[in-house]
Amino acid sequence: MNKEQIIVKLTTIVKPYIQNEEGFKNMSEETDFINDLEINSANLVDIILDVEDEFKIEIDNDSMEKMLSVKATIEIIQTKMNA
Amino acid sequence: MNQKQIIKNLPYQKPFLFVDEITEISENGVTGNYTFKENEFFYEGHFKDNPITPGVILTETMAQIGVVCLGIYLLKDAILSEGKTTKIALTSNNIDFYLPVNPNEKVTVVSERVYFRFNKLKCNVKMINSKNELVCRGTIAGMLVI
Repeated sequence: MNKEQIIVKLTTIVKPYIQNEEGFKNMSEETDFINDLEINSANLVDIILDVEDEFKIEIDNDSMEKMLSVKATIEIIQTKMNA
Repeated sequence: MNQKQIIKNLPYQKPFLFVDEITEISENGVTGNYTFKENEFFYEGHFKDNPITPGVILTETMAQIGVVCLGIYLLKDAILSEGKTTKIALTSNNIDFYLPVNPNEKVTVVSERVYFRFNKLKCNVKMINSKNELVCRGTIAGMLVI
């Protein structure tokens, strides 16, 4: 799966949890979940569980801690999917 | 960790402790109860001359028994070995209410774990009264950090 396809899926996943509409409209690879979208830590867990279901992967604690931006999340998804 | 130790490790005290007893606890869920005393502080205002337990207090009772007690049990190894207290925060709840709870009523809370991952504990929780009737039910989630 390429970056663009992952971003499309991620956009759908994060939508219910965002607080910052402006940040969401401009969501790109550079977007930070907490600073740009104002997602809280509890909802970040929901996003990670949704990512696991959507991409059929398992996220461990180390990966979870890195998944704070779209870019890092794409990298983790791609690595896990190709593992 | 036994039920008394769990209650002792709760970060609440009177007048905001709503756990009398834990009767069953495992990695997957918890059952406990609380009896609302006649002189609970909130009956003075809810409602005027007509004391009924507020829905927020029923939610709180479900959260204390169903989520926080279970969370302390799940983190028991870290709590016992490091002697630390748990920091907790309610993060979401969605509850439907079916019956009122009067002063002196005993309620039982039954909670089933949905997941506990990355410090977030989410549970399906219900409350029943002493006649075994459903009082309220829903989902509650919180973050628990040692």
